Amino acid sequence: MYRYILRRLLLTIPVLLGLTVIVFLIMSLIPGDPALAILGSYATPENLARLRAELGLDLPLPQQYLVWLGNILQGDFGRSYTLNRPVLDEVLERFSATLILAGTSLAICVVLGVVAGIVSAVRQYGWADRIITLLVLIGISVPAFWLGMLMILLFAVELRWFPVSGMYAIYGGGDLPDLLRHLILPATALAVVAAGVIARLTRSNMLEVLRQDYIRTARAKGLDERRVVFGHAFKVALVNLIPVIGVQAGFVIGGAVYIETVFQWPGIGRMLVNAISTRDILLVQGGVLVVAASYVLFNLCADLLQHWLDPRIKA
Amino acid sequence: MKCSIRHVGAWLVPALLALPLQAHAQTPPNVLVVGQIAEPKSLDPAQVTAVNDFRIVMNLYDGLVRYRDGTLDVEPALATEWDISDDGTVYTFTLRDDVTFHDGSTFDAEAVVFNFERMLDEEHPYHDTGPFPLAFFFSAVDDVEATGEYEVQFTLNEPYAPFLSNLAYPTGLIVSPAAVQEHGDEFGRHPSGTGPFKFEEWISNSRVVASRNDDYWDGPPPLEAVVFRPITDANTRVAEMLAGGIDLMVEVPPDNVAMFAEDPMFEVYEQAGPHLWFLILNLREGPFADKRMRQAINYAIDKRTLVEDVLQGTAEVAAGPTPPAFSWAHNEQLEPYPYNPERARELINEAGFEGAELMFYVTEGGSGMLDPIPMGTAIQADLNAVGLNVEIETYEWNTFLGEVNPGLEGKADMAQMAWMTNDPDTLPFLALRTDAMPDQGGFNSGYYSNPEVDKLLEQARRSTDQDERAALYKEMQTIVHEDAPWAFIANWKQNAVATANIESFRLQPSFFLLLHDVAKP
Repeated sequence: MYRYILRRLLLTIPVLLGLTVIVFLIMSLIPGDPALAILGSYATPENLARLRAELGLDLPLPQQYLVWLGNILQGDFGRSYTLNRPVLDEVLERFSATLILAGTSLAICVVLGVVAGIVSAVRQYGWADRIITLLVLIGISVPAFWLGMLMILLFAVELRWFPVSGMYAIYGGGDLPDLLRHLILPATALAVVAAGVIARLTRSNMLEVLRQDYIRTARAKGLDERRVVFGHAFKVALVNLIPVIGVQAGFVIGGAVYIETVFQWPGIGRMLVNAISTRDILLVQGGVLVVAASYVLFNLCADLLQHWLDPRIKA
Repeated sequence: MKCSIRHVGAWLVPALLALPLQAHAQTPPNVLVVGQIAEPKSLDPAQVTAVNDFRIVMNLYDGLVRYRDGTLDVEPALATEWDISDDGTVYTFTLRDDVTFHDGSTFDAEAVVFNFERMLDEEHPYHDTGPFPLAFFFSAVDDVEATGEYEVQFTLNEPYAPFLSNLAYPTGLIVSPAAVQEHGDEFGRHPSGTGPFKFEEWISNSRVVASRNDDYWDGPPPLEAVVFRPITDANTRVAEMLAGGIDLMVEVPPDNVAMFAEDPMFEVYEQAGPHLWFLILNLREGPFADKRMRQAINYAIDKRTLVEDVLQGTAEVAAGPTPPAFSWAHNEQLEPYPYNPERARELINEAGFEGAELMFYVTEGGSGMLDPIPMGTAIQADLNAVGLNVEIETYEWNTFLGEVNPGLEGKADMAQMAWMTNDPDTLPFLALRTDAMPDQGGFNSGYYSNPEVDKLLEQARRSTDQDERAALYKEMQTIVHEDAPWAFIANWKQNAVATANIESFRLQPSFFLLLHDVAKP
């Protein structure tokens, strides 16, 4: 088991290395560079050349990459051109904000999705099932950023229950209730689509399991319905849900890009968007590395969890 | 056990409902919260290039000179007076002797010398605290010398009239040498100047806080503190304004200006600035080598509709290459080309370019570009109406600059462009002279060349007399208006919205955000 985990972790190294090469090449292929982005309309060839030399952008591409790689191996992620601050500080700070948002959101969508899916399966074709199916359809179809804006208008501007944007209050904030107040709207907006997907899959998995012989046996021996559904059926359905939740975790982190922009959440998605538009290649590399590494880890965790739930599935 | 879910629900629902009841904090009294459009890149004035960052640094630092309130005329600041040698190459400034930096160190002539040498001298021990992208604002400076404890002398390598105006620009703001020595290349995050507000903290992606400088040489500001919040999404910025999370926001989207104007809770501010939005025309090849075609374009575009409908009144129609915000240098005799499609068609027929195919470069956004795609398509429709076939290619801003700045030859007939400058010299000198062609390091991407204009611009740059300079610029504008190397479209009016209780706030034609006098009782 430990050897398996170790092997999976070692396998991520070439994946990440290949990824950084691709990101580096793409960033060099798109026109414009950090010097052009910094100088804007003052970018005369002369000014550009001077600033490029100062930023080390005048070196040949492979050399730029090797310099970067050499620094990374020594734990130095470099300094962001545009933020004038160590890349690692920025990336870790931003990534922890994203984890808080995405983690909360994932918790919300798993709870909502699983509960809705179970209710809907148990009450197949009943009114609860119809309402849930309709809501799920709406949830999957609504763009998260648009839902976010509507939620801001209703809950923050009209009702003033929650703050519009940010992660903490500007004054006197910084504690847990403050964080929660800022978290509820973006986390919910982000959770809606994934909750819909999870609800659909929970429903179909549950329906399949509920039709199995051993469920009929359980009912026949007089178990109450609650134990049949939760004790026997759901446990089995869960095995198939775990990888889906793993994939949704990646989806939630990806979706955070829009939601972070709408709610000004200081997360890594918004950072990457800015870094790409200002051609801040070191920041893009650092950000992509962390996101990709976390994605690989999520999937590993999901696989291990599935194996633990159902040892027949080879981890 | 039986009703456990219901039990949890019975606790959870009121708990969730109770959260919002702790109503979120409104902005505190006497503290101004400003909605910025982005996170600042640095708070080192020698390093920043964006208006967004200027808005903060202008309140933390002073320059030797500054723009007089509501104008682009230069007045004393850290220097009380100055003397210019007859040949216009030696500037001697007398400095205030009662100023200390926020970190407690003394402001004197040596501090000024440190500032300019750090930026301009590659051998300076603190030159590596850069880069200093706008250092070329002072490339005419040959030598800076402290000629007394409170007297400093700049020697220029040639007469350079915009020098004083450039000193009033953020690149000329004076930082504390002691703080640079202490923080090195981290100075941009630990700024120290002499300005009306002292830097307190910078929480990345959340806020920059500055508090009142009680010892400010020009009188302490009424506000206790200012908080700058980066809110990149315009809709979110508007929502924060409506919800009371900020007191002041700049760059209000045109769609929302009317809503704020009608609401007595808010006050809308507007100020035209030294900005010009224009089309670069390619004079080297194709239809626009013919002056009649260039004039035809200027007649064919309905600029009034562009500024009133597309930009919803957030800009004014431009008449020529020099924006009216440079009141002393702007030629008021010049009228914008009227919208006259008939005249345009006549000129196109005379020139024999009926039905010509034109390639038009449009950007998706960018500094000062306003609403480039709707503006581009409206212009395309106007030109189609006079029988020209315009094809649009759109580019993301950085790519666009990479295509347009090296020149339009072989690529396009026309391209959008906008400039915001601090001196009437800058734009025409960099973009309309024969010696400013792209291959010579200039921005004359349409290859305009008129020896008369070259002469006037060189002469204006060498003169140190404002009246003489004004006359030269006015003559230049008349010629350029007639030659029409560009289609002159719009001068942007900067806007801002503040809550109604904010007092003594005004926007500046420099587009700086000056908060020294602002009060929030």
